[in-house]
Order: sequence, then C-alpha cells, then structure tokens
Amino acid sequence: MTVITTSRSTSEQQEVSKDDSMLKQKAMMAKHFDRLTSARENGEKVCSTFVPGNLNELIMCFDFANNLPEVNAIQNGLRKKSGSYVMEAEKLGHSEDVCTYVKSDVGMMAKGNLAPNGKPFPDPDLLLLSYTGCFTFMKWFELLREQYKCETIMLHTPYEGDGKITDNMREYMVKQLKEDVIPTLERVSGVKFDIDRLRENLRRSAKAEDDLVYVLQTGRNRPSPIDAYFGGIYYIGPIFGAYRGTDDAIDYYKTLREEVDGRLAAGQGPVTPDGVMETEKYRLVVEGPPNYTSFRDFWKMFYEEGAVVVASSYTKVGGVYDFGFRHDPDNPLETLADYCLGVYTNRSLPQRVDMLVNYVNEYEADGLLINSIKSCNSFSAGQLLIMREVEKRTGKPAAFVESDLVDPRYFSAANIKNRLESYFQMVDQKRDGSAKGAAA
Amino acid sequence: MRTFVGIDLGSTTTKAVLLDDNSVIIGRGITNSRSNYDTATRVAKLEAMIDARLTLCRRALGADVPELADKLDDFLSRLELGFRREQFVEQLNDLEQTCLQQVSGKRFAGLEDAVGEVLAQVFNTLRGEATAMFAPGGRRKSDFFRDIAGSRYLNIAEDTARDADVPYDLLLNVYDKSIIEVENRPPSEDMSGKFLRALQEVVKVAPEFGVDPATVERAVKSALGVDLEEVYLVGTGYGRVTLPFSKEHIRSEILCHGLGAHVMYPATRTVLDIGGQDTKGIQVDPEGIVENFQMNDRCAAGCGRYLGYIADEMNMGLHELGPLAMKATRSVRINSTCTVFAGAELRDRLALGEKREDILAGLHRAIILRAMSIISRSGGIRDEFTFTGGVAKNEAAVRELDLLVKENYGEVKINIDPGSIYTGALGAATFAGRAVN
Repeated sequence: MTVITTSRSTSEQQEVSKDDSMLKQKAMMAKHFDRLTSARENGEKVCSTFVPGNLNELIMCFDFANNLPEVNAIQNGLRKKSGSYVMEAEKLGHSEDVCTYVKSDVGMMAKGNLAPNGKPFPDPDLLLLSYTGCFTFMKWFELLREQYKCETIMLHTPYEGDGKITDNMREYMVKQLKEDVIPTLERVSGVKFDIDRLRENLRRSAKAEDDLVYVLQTGRNRPSPIDAYFGGIYYIGPIFGAYRGTDDAIDYYKTLREEVDGRLAAGQGPVTPDGVMETEKYRLVVEGPPNYTSFRDFWKMFYEEGAVVVASSYTKVGGVYDFGFRHDPDNPLETLADYCLGVYTNRSLPQRVDMLVNYVNEYEADGLLINSIKSCNSFSAGQLLIMREVEKRTGKPAAFVESDLVDPRYFSAANIKNRLESYFQMVDQKRDGSAKGAAA
Repeated sequence: MRTFVGIDLGSTTTKAVLLDDNSVIIGRGITNSRSNYDTATRVAKLEAMIDARLTLCRRALGADVPELADKLDDFLSRLELGFRREQFVEQLNDLEQTCLQQVSGKRFAGLEDAVGEVLAQVFNTLRGEATAMFAPGGRRKSDFFRDIAGSRYLNIAEDTARDADVPYDLLLNVYDKSIIEVENRPPSEDMSGKFLRALQEVVKVAPEFGVDPATVERAVKSALGVDLEEVYLVGTGYGRVTLPFSKEHIRSEILCHGLGAHVMYPATRTVLDIGGQDTKGIQVDPEGIVENFQMNDRCAAGCGRYLGYIADEMNMGLHELGPLAMKATRSVRINSTCTVFAGAELRDRLALGEKREDILAGLHRAIILRAMSIISRSGGIRDEFTFTGGVAKNEAAVRELDLLVKENYGEVKINIDPGSIYTGALGAATFAGRAVN
C-alpha cells in the first residue's frame, strides 16, 4: 500500500508518496540512530566503519553498535544540514576539493556531532577501516583517530586490478582477520569471538541478499516496477548499513519484495515522491552516486520526463550480489574476504565497464548516464573512458552530468536539467533513427 | 504559404528562423533577449517575418521585373531601409508618448510644459535624423532600437535642455523610465502598412533603376499579399522553459545546434558552439543526430560573456576586441578564463606593461583552449568541424581555433557560416518542419 505523508523538512512541505517499505526503512533508520545515541547509557560500545567493506556480521559478534560516517553524511545531505557542516570543515582548514562526505563529518563533529534524532553521537571505541579502494577513507579515519584517540584497525583489501579474486588475496585477508581484526575486536569489546554466531549472522545476510537481488533485478521488466537508483538508495539502506545479518533486514526485504511483486503484477511503475509513475519513456543505467542535497529535485528531473533507472552501479558500492555472490555461512572468514574484494569500489575500470555494459544489455536500457562527483577523486577518475567504452560496446547513447555528494554549492539545477533534457531528446532521436529524427 | 518557425532563446540574443515548405530559409530575425523572453520571441519572430517578406519580394521582383537583375540587391536594400525608417519612427513616436506620460509628479512641478517642449524638440530632431540614418549609406550604431535611439536621445536632450534651461536629469529620468516599457511593448503588427509606405518611396526612384514603377508596385504588393501560415513552431535555448510552449514544441539547444550545423554543412561531424553563457562540444552522425555532447558545467568561464566583460573593462565595443587582438605580435599567456577574475588579470598584465593587443590575443587563446578541452571530452574533432555561436564571428577566436585544431587534430575542414548565430534557430525550425512533414 502506498500512503501519503507529509515531509518533515520545513522547506518541502508538499505531500510525498511513500511505500510501506520506505516507512519501515525510515523506522529502522530511526532505531539505528537511537541505538547509537543511547549506546553509552545502554552500556554498548561503538565501532565506526565504512559502507563498502562493512563487516557488520562480524561487528555484531562483539555487540558493537555500528556507526557509519557516510550514512551520517548522507542523512545530513538529505536534511539540508551538510552545507553548513562543509563550510565549518573548510573553516577548520579543509580545502574546497576535499571529499564532501569527509567535510560534512568533520563539520558535524565540530558543531556538536548531533545525530538526526538531535542527540549527540557517542565517541567511537573503535575505528574499523576496511579499505576497499577509496584512499580517502584512509585519510578520513586518520582524522577520526586524531579526534577520538581510539583504537584503529585497518583491514587491507587488495585491489582487483586484474579483474579477479585469487586464492592469495583471499588468504591474505583471512590472515588479517584472524591475526589482527578479530583479536582487536575481542580486546576492545571484551567479548569472545564465536564463529557460530558469525555463521548465523551470515546466514541471515544471505537470505536478505536473495530478496534484495530479486528486487533489483525486477528492473528488467517493462515497465520497471522500481527505480534502481533513486528508489534503490532506499532499498540498499538496511543491507549496506547496520542491519545486514539481522532479522530486521530479512523482514524489510521480504516486505519490499512483496510490494515490488504487487506492482509487477499490476504492471505498475515505481513510486516517486509524486506518486506512481504512469509512463515509462526512458530506461537508463546510472553510474555514480546521486546528489543528496537536491535529491528530490534531481529525481524529479527524471520522473517528470518518464525516465526510470533500471540498474545502477551505486546500489552495488556496499556489495555486489547480482552476479552470484552471497555471504556463505560455511566459509565465514573467506566469505567476508570475498565480500570486501568484490564491492564495486574495489573493482577495476574494465570490471566496472563490464558491469555497466551488462546492465545496459540485460535490462534493455536506452543508455548510460554518469553523475560524476566533483569532490570524489577516486571514482570520478576514468568515468569519461567508462562512458565511451560502454557507448562503443552497447551502441547506446551515454551522457555525463556533474554534481556533488553533499555539497549543495555543486548542484546547478538549470545546467543539469538542460543536459538531462538534451540527453532524453537524444535518446528519442536515436530511437527514432533515420525514420523521424533525422530523415530530411 | 506554409512556414515553420524555430526560435532560439539565448541568454544574450533571441533568434528566429522561418523555413518554407521546401526547408529553405526565407527569413531570419534577431533581437536582444532583454530579460523578457516573451517580447524577445515576438520581436525575433516579427523580424524573421520582415526578412521573409523581403525574400518574397526578391522572388517576385526576380520573376516579374527581370530588368532589375544585378540591381536587385540595391533595390531591395532601399525597400528594407524605407521599412526600417518607418519602424524606427513608429517606435520613436511610442517612446515620445511614453516619455510624456512620465512628466508628472512633484519632481516636475511647474516644469511640465518646459519638459514637454524639450521632449517635442528632441523627438522632432530624432525623427528628422531618421531619414539620413536610413538613407543608402547611412550609418547606425546598432540594429537595435534601444542602442540607436538611446545614444542620440541623450546627446540631443543634453543640448536642448541646456538651451531651454531645463534640468537634464529630468530628461534622463523620463527616458530611463520609458525605454524599458517601450522595448518590452509588443511590436506593432502593421507590417504591411510600413512596407507599403516604404514602397511609395522606392517606386519614386524606380525610374533611376530603369524599371516600370507600376510593375514594381504590383510585384511587391503580390509578395506582401502572400499569406504566411505558421504551421509549427519549435523553441530552444535557455529561455525555452519560461515560454508557454508545450513539450512537443521544445527541443534542447544541443539537438538544435547539432541539426542546424548539419543543415548548414551536411558533412559536419563535430560542432563547437560558444554562446553567451555556455560552450558546447557536440558530435553528430551523418544524419545530424547527436551522438555525444559536453558542456561547460557549473561555471561559464570562457564563454561569450567573458569577452563582453573584457570589452567593458577595456572600454571597448565587443566587436572591436577581435580586430585589436589580430594586431598582436605575441600572445600573453592567460591562465584564468574566469569572468570575474578576468578584470584583475587584465589590469595585472597592463600594469606589467603588456600591450593591449597582446593581452587580448592571450585572452582569445584562453577561451579557445577551454573550448578545446570541452570538445575533447565530447570525443574530439572529426572532419568536418563546424563552429557556431556569437564567438564564431570573432576573427581572433577563429584564428586561435584554426591553430589549435591543426596542432591537435591535423587537417580538418572548419566551417563557419556568416549566419552561424542562427544555427540553433535553424535546427529548431528544421525540427518544426519534420514534426509535420
């Protein structure tokens, strides 16, 4: 069932359509932040870690509350708070070109470190840096270590430069888990590691992952019952965050799957903030994160034109599941290694190209759109090459827009709209071919 | 006659192109966008209709008065000048009436009659000048009413006010209040009347051309009598969203520039358009379909406005920049194409003793270097390469482009149409034709 609620944001007082799963997800997010901000009074310890390479199943084995700084930055972006945080960080000496997730986090800490529920985040007891391709994460945790003077673990994931995971890589990671990561987690938490507990968590993860993949792959249908980018951001929330490996996640993805199945059966399109999308005119694959400070305006530019994102790479940054990987309870440490090795951020350019080409073909998309992030040096590099290669291999048109993650100054609505409209019309022209678009 | 209209609502100017049923351009019109796209659209369209009437007159005179032959251009330019004079006087009269209505209130207390008399004298003088201004060989500062009337009004009013012992600022005040109103007023639709009055003048000189006045009159009247039916209109450019066009009447300027360039030069594969506030690199296929594009993002550095700003900083006219840069003996290296930094950079170089022309050459190179980066991101330059937009008129920019294209891509045929400013509107009009045919 789709209900209409009123947005909490004071600047956006219009009625907004939300699915049951979205409401459920919202409640889960609230619970997550409540747990974090009450950690001290509940005697819980806090571990900070990142979304790509997030070892939630393992963290849960030690009863840590899991704090994810990118998720906080995204929340601050969506809640229009990141702009002032970014500026605060600049005041503290961070340059304009630094990753705005980092600056939003640094600025938030400087301005009271308040969670979306208005209560302060507790200082972390542990920083678990699972490095999966983004070098900025390392620098970010260096800053956090300096700030909190707490213990830090670095789990190094070798880059998939040759496009495959070797036994050597896996062994290297398992060794780190056994010799460094798990002993430190035990020491800081005071909880003894129980591998059976990890297996149970992994079993729950795999169950939720099955449903997530099912949902994301419904984008292959016409019309697609989901938007795999803007809607997809909501769908990945629980599994990329502190809920993977929990019963809550299993429930959420079951609800989501039923909901999407309902839309599929009814031949309906995705639910947008303005209601169910009636006509699917363009099917796109999108590469790159969205802009969070103008998230709804950005989304509107798509659905108003009848554009649906049928697959996206961003919904794979916290784990690539659609090519068969599932967390495997029978090989608990090896599966954690494989998970980290396979996340989108740890994949080479040719692998990213292969994935995107596969999406354009498998999901019968009209083309590829790249939203390149100004302050993301790691992943914006090579995106033009990716675009050309995908164009060449699929024969479908591609386009490039630029914005930023959570810095509102880098979202130029008129320019982006202009480019998107041009792109959609270009798709029309291509589709019509010489029959209508160009035959004089 | 069926016509198809394309309107390009640019940030600086608004352009219109009228195509006939055979996709032949019969009229083009341009006006300043004046922050009022509604009026700009009407004016540009009207200008294109005027141009279309002249095309029809040309066709009719060519067919019916063959003896005009090689004097046809001269003859037609007289007809157009006569029309422009009529149009100018009509707007002058409107400006005078509007100015008179502003002469009220405390500020003018006791001076109403005196100001009224000065205004009457000023406008009589202006009307008197119109004849010479629109005579063959007459000189006008610009093609836009505001520019022509404005500068003369201010000069004449200053002298007249002094002689009449009326404060000049009162005259300035009424003008400032009136010009925007007049400029934004929908133009008079009485095109035929003005053409007919102009025709009477032209007919008088017909014997000089060795043609029969009655035949000429008949031919021109037949051209004026052709019904121009607007079958379909397509709008493009930045202002398009502000107009009450429905979606199917709007095309992005990327597509319009791509198609317009293809119509002008069918072998075009790469298009560079440098307009007022954006620079576009567009790749098109052999049918004119856009394959890829890149634009400047978040920042209008190195676009047409940059040159406008430089011209202001140097107290020069925009059209004077290119010719001065052509006189350069060397090119000063300019790193910033930021419009806001341009002034500082300029003054810094002047302070270092660099010559104005050398600095300007450097500025032009900087613009083209930025454009080259945008083109390369869109996929590079393929043969043939068509350069469009207002900056394509600038010879110094074209020189730098030639050099850099050769350096980076070797021998490539570069097309620049004298009417390249109309490329987007031409593409839009072509889309309009295709929507129906």
